[in-house]
Amino acid sequence: MNNIFAVAGVVIKELYRRKDFYVLFIVTILICVMMASVNIYNDAHIVRYLKEICLLLIWICSLVVAVTTTARQIPAERENRTLLPLLAKPLTRVQLIVGKFLGCWLACGLTLVCFYIFFGALSASREHQWPLMNYFQAAMLHWFMLGIVVAMALLGSLVFAAPSSNSTICFVIIGGILFAARHLDQVALTLREPLRTVVYSLYFAIPHLELFDLRDLVIHNWPLIEWKYFGLALLYALFYMGVFLVAACQVFRRKAVN
Amino acid sequence: MSSSRTFWLLALALLVVCFGTAAHLEPQFQAWQGSRSSGDIFNVVLGDSRRMFANSFYVKADEYYHSGYYPTMFDDNAAFQTTHMAADTGAVNSKNTGDEHGFLGPTRNWIDAFGRHFFPNRHTHLDEGGPDDDLGGSDNVREILPWLKLSADLDPDNVQTYTVTAFWLRQRMHNVAEADAVLHEGLRNCPGSCDILFELGRLYYESYHDTDRARNVWEAAAKQWEKKYPELNQDQQKDSRLIMEQITTHLAKLEEDHDNLPKAIEWLEKAKEVSGTPEVLQQDIDRVKYKLMQEVNPLLKPLY
Repeated sequence: MNNIFAVAGVVIKELYRRKDFYVLFIVTILICVMMASVNIYNDAHIVRYLKEICLLLIWICSLVVAVTTTARQIPAERENRTLLPLLAKPLTRVQLIVGKFLGCWLACGLTLVCFYIFFGALSASREHQWPLMNYFQAAMLHWFMLGIVVAMALLGSLVFAAPSSNSTICFVIIGGILFAARHLDQVALTLREPLRTVVYSLYFAIPHLELFDLRDLVIHNWPLIEWKYFGLALLYALFYMGVFLVAACQVFRRKAVN
Repeated sequence: MSSSRTFWLLALALLVVCFGTAAHLEPQFQAWQGSRSSGDIFNVVLGDSRRMFANSFYVKADEYYHSGYYPTMFDDNAAFQTTHMAADTGAVNSKNTGDEHGFLGPTRNWIDAFGRHFFPNRHTHLDEGGPDDDLGGSDNVREILPWLKLSADLDPDNVQTYTVTAFWLRQRMHNVAEADAVLHEGLRNCPGSCDILFELGRLYYESYHDTDRARNVWEAAAKQWEKKYPELNQDQQKDSRLIMEQITTHLAKLEEDHDNLPKAIEWLEKAKEVSGTPEVLQQDIDRVKYKLMQEVNPLLKPLY
């Protein structure tokens, strides 16, 4: 376990040494502050458009951080020729994969903490209320969704040749899932066999990342979701993280590292 | 030393040439007919596609009106053909059919059933309190305004954006001055629009209690409608009758409130010609006629 945390620690250090997060965070703040300064019919209490823009930027930035950070982990180790010395020490391949995953996931968690504190401050400045539990649910589900993304990108980094191709494919898949996965079963019904069965199977097989998107509930001040469904969603995410990690370990175990 | 001086002199010469060329070209560019720099950033960046974006933002405002509970392109949107925020102003012909509460239909599978806990799943309107059902929070309808403003900026020719914005600004936000400004901006962009003139008349009558201006504006609206009606196709004519009915019934009400009963009857007769429910208006006409008779002969009793 110590080995796993050591690898994860290195990944987290890498995140705060790189400028990606800082740039994205500052750009988010600048855009939100600029949008907040727009005068809309002299009404200073209008806030939901601002919450929507801020949450959209948080989602985009967190996905960029998650995918790009994860996609370069293993290829960078190989390129710098540090992979072999790492594995020569008492560190198994599974520990390396799990360590990298944990590091990237925790790093995403840290970025989310910064983003959601800013979001909370921004909305409180106009709404004069702080629904902490709603923000907690939204941030927690967001973080678990990023866990699936990180595990998927880690698997991709072992399958695809370069980090750029892996990142692109991950973004296309994530975008597709977030946009259309909820309606894939309806789309399947309009298709002919055998495509119908393929699409319908895909609907049940893919991780439904859109389940973790509580933006509309937060923006429009809907009540909390029931905790049992919240817990089930976390278990659902853990299941898919497990699936992708096991697949990544299997691929890495058979992969030549030299 | 010499090369450095030469470099700076060359740089200065280039700067002078650049400035001179720019100063020479600028007036020609401003006079050029093909220039797209009209000062409107949306026009330059988006071109004609801005109307499409304007419509998206208009629909977005309606989505906010429902606190996020809104059909996607995959759902049954028969109950959302006309935006509810526009239909609730009373000046738009609603084409909505079907169940607005249950466009999601019965749950299709376990993922669908589970997923419905994670997005807005109940039909509410912001002016009725939104998700909290708290009527005290009906001024939250202000949240639709940014999207309506953006829509109006992108497509200044869409009349409905101005009337809907002005209605909610006046009714729920009690911001009459801004509503007035929005309607005047609408009139500048869509001169002679009977919808905008009607809404402006309502503002004068209901908010400013300025009867004369309201009468003038509504009469102008009626004239504009009569002028434009023959140019419309059959469907458009059918849609536009509601606004004429609204204009004429409001004018009739105004005249009745000021005891100008023959004029009120005249407007009600006009309303009857375009109304989908002429029998209701006939009852109104009979009532006002009876009132008029009472003024002439107070002993007269109604025949019904």
